[in-house]
Amino acid sequence: MITQMLFRALDKKAIWLVVVLVAVAVLVPASNLLLPEGHPLHVPTYLVSLFGKYLTYAMLALALDLVWGYVGILSLGHGAFFALGGYAMGMYLMRQIGPRGVYANPILPDFMVFLNYKELPWYWYGFDMFWFAMAMVVIVPGLLAFVFGWFAFRSRVTGVYLSIITQALTFALLLAFFRNDFGFGGNNGLTDFKDILGFNIQAQSTRATLFALSAGFLALFVLICSAIVNSKLGKVMVAVRDAESRTRFLGWRPENVKLFAFTVSAVMAGIAGALYVPQVGIINPGEFAPENSIEAVIWVAVGGRGTIIGPIIGAILVNMGKSFFTGALPDYWLFALGGLFVVVTLFLPKGIVGLFQKARARRGIETAKPSTVTPAKPAAEPAE
Amino acid sequence: MNAIRLIRLIALFLVLAVSPPAWAAQIDDAAFGALADALAPGNFRDREAAATALTASGDTRAAAVLQSLLDGDLVVVKSTGKVLLGTSAAPIDPVTGAPFPEAADTEKVKVNNGLRRALRTLIGQLTLMSDDTSTRLTAAQSVLRDANPDNLELLDRALAAEPDAAVKAVMETARAAIILKTDAPIAEKNDAIQTLKARGGRDSVTLLTSVLSTSPDELKPAIQAAIDSLNQTQAAWGVAQNVWYGISLGSVLLLAAIGLAITFGVMGVINMAHGEMVMLGAYTTFAVQEVIRRSFPDMLDWSLAIALPLAFLVTALIGIAIERGIIRWLYGRALETLLATWGLSLIIQQAVRTGFGPTNKEVANPSWMSGSFELGGMSITWNRFWIVLFAIGVFLTLLVVLKRTALGLQMRAVTSNRRMASAMGIRTPFVDAMTFGLGSGIAGLAGVALSQIDNVSPNLGQNYIIDSFMVVVFGGVGNLWGTLVGALSIGIANKFLEPYAGAVVAKIIILVLIILFIQRRPRGLFALKGRAVES
Repeated sequence: MITQMLFRALDKKAIWLVVVLVAVAVLVPASNLLLPEGHPLHVPTYLVSLFGKYLTYAMLALALDLVWGYVGILSLGHGAFFALGGYAMGMYLMRQIGPRGVYANPILPDFMVFLNYKELPWYWYGFDMFWFAMAMVVIVPGLLAFVFGWFAFRSRVTGVYLSIITQALTFALLLAFFRNDFGFGGNNGLTDFKDILGFNIQAQSTRATLFALSAGFLALFVLICSAIVNSKLGKVMVAVRDAESRTRFLGWRPENVKLFAFTVSAVMAGIAGALYVPQVGIINPGEFAPENSIEAVIWVAVGGRGTIIGPIIGAILVNMGKSFFTGALPDYWLFALGGLFVVVTLFLPKGIVGLFQKARARRGIETAKPSTVTPAKPAAEPAE
Repeated sequence: MNAIRLIRLIALFLVLAVSPPAWAAQIDDAAFGALADALAPGNFRDREAAATALTASGDTRAAAVLQSLLDGDLVVVKSTGKVLLGTSAAPIDPVTGAPFPEAADTEKVKVNNGLRRALRTLIGQLTLMSDDTSTRLTAAQSVLRDANPDNLELLDRALAAEPDAAVKAVMETARAAIILKTDAPIAEKNDAIQTLKARGGRDSVTLLTSVLSTSPDELKPAIQAAIDSLNQTQAAWGVAQNVWYGISLGSVLLLAAIGLAITFGVMGVINMAHGEMVMLGAYTTFAVQEVIRRSFPDMLDWSLAIALPLAFLVTALIGIAIERGIIRWLYGRALETLLATWGLSLIIQQAVRTGFGPTNKEVANPSWMSGSFELGGMSITWNRFWIVLFAIGVFLTLLVVLKRTALGLQMRAVTSNRRMASAMGIRTPFVDAMTFGLGSGIAGLAGVALSQIDNVSPNLGQNYIIDSFMVVVFGGVGNLWGTLVGALSIGIANKFLEPYAGAVVAKIIILVLIILFIQRRPRGLFALKGRAVES
């Protein structure tokens, strides 16, 4: 059945996307490691790290797109799952520092020594083992999403109400992680990582490998999402998005469909966070800030929600813009970002991908593709 | 011992110098010096006469001299016959209050018990029985602090003559405190305990606790009972204080959230830029104050009265512009509205940051909003007090607007059924614009109030936006009473959790509770009934 789903998932667009991502995963690290510096095709290490970060953002955007673009749940708290995955990875990396910290305590991370912890809090046990940390990367965001979604979707919290309480969720976590006595490093977060699985985290080859992993996982996520949305379940998801009550009256259970999508999405976001942390070298409570989660929403909107490739394009483009603006015109980045929100919602409801679809339709080469991938929303006019 | 006496002396000097009794115009230095010097020669009877003369002069400096004499601190320079305060190495000139440079051949001015008694009475006349109420109050408080049994007789006489109720109360407390330290009969001590108990306050608890161990055994239960009862009263006032803090926080939340609740109720859209409207209101206050400070400095107390309508106008117009420019194109797409208004909030924030700078702006409290007053065991700051009143005023005004005006009627009609209202001839686009303007204007008013208690910075709005959402979501939309109950219960719950859990954890607990509450009642506390809610 899974093979069947995979075969169906491999429609032309998804195949191309996966091929491109795998090629990127192989070629970019290869060019970075094998070609000498100064060679015209050499990719400098800082760019590898930067784009590795963008790829993890793209994963977060894809995860968000699965719930927003396909099921119509606008989560303003997906940054929380991303950050939780990041913290799980960060805890593993902290334990790996061992006696090399400033206080040279073999068990306790530096900040715990500094804060007078006598022994390791129980929830830090096991994080010295890689497999355990990786399990937590999946389990913690997944479980939180499952429990949260279980309550929220069963009591039919929908629309803006759901958006607001997801925002409250990430805000509550933000406040909690800022506290020193919560045992996660307070507002400094976790940093000063030394190595991962014995490899130096600063080394060029480690960075290249992390990049390859990010691209590889993104390709995997594209496959998974593509498989889900092209399955029968994917059609029910779109039905829930467009007419929830009608879907329920037809005998489906929208809450289960939503819960499934929400949990899968949270797990993907957690894995993205876990790949993000070793590449940027720090995780702090700022990642829980509601602003970050909303920013992720705009990546999806810019690229085009309800498509697989849209959020990936959106995340990379917006973050390239952000890197450019914060470097060159730091005062204008918020103007640009704010303007992006307004312009995209007003004039580009289907994002960049929608723009291309429109252009192709005008040229008459649009092969009639049913609207499983384009949101069937009412036209932008007052509903009176 | 000498040093302590000297300090007391100087303190007395300062007290008297700071609050000179109205009647006590200082006599000139030479005359005062002569009167003081008269204390040294002759026998004890002569000294008593001299002291009486000194008292009769009514000079503010006399009390210090007499106190010094009473304490055995007064010395006389043998060669000149000049009297100095303090036997220590650095004596003080009683006339100027400055240290006296050379004091080689000094001699102590002797006192006996008869003279001491007379001196106490005279000092009491100068302070405890002075004609000036504030002097008497200060003196009574100082007696209460010392609780010296020697002062009992004097205090009794002062008490009998005291006309002012407040001063009398302090004197009675002082008397009770003294009696507990003497070996007075049990019954009298019991009365003293009751007096202290009736007075209340932390000081009484300290006083009673200090005498608990030295008191006779039969008194101990009474003292313990008094302490317990006082502690209970304190706890009750503590609860009342917490309720007040909660109401104060709740009224701030109410101000911030009520505009949001109206727009959400009528239009079904969440305005993420609402916090920025609050921020713009605060900046309007700042701008008004700057203009007043530069051009009309004596009108500073009126700055808020000018800022209120202006802030309402500015934010209401911006709100209408936002509605006409952006939101009306997004009807039926609530989630997109949320994103677009979020983008707007970023733009407004950055615009203010570019225009006014990223730092906090100083907004002054007018004189009638600074300071605090006592209400029983509670201390209430004036600015919080006025903000609570202001919030109530805004709430009531809004209630009247919704129930008694044509616009309010139309707004309620659109809230309950937009299509039907439209069919009945209500211009729904107009109502939408007005609603959005009204909601934003109220946010502006909230900004004026918040400028008085919070930092005015570009981030001001962000600090309140999530809390305001919680209030709206908790209280339910389309009903002002829901917002009121929501704001007050969140405020009070927050303040009651804070002492046990700390401010941050209290906030987290509230957030989690609201998230759980929404599961039970997805439409809030006061949900609208009818078909309109099922979108």
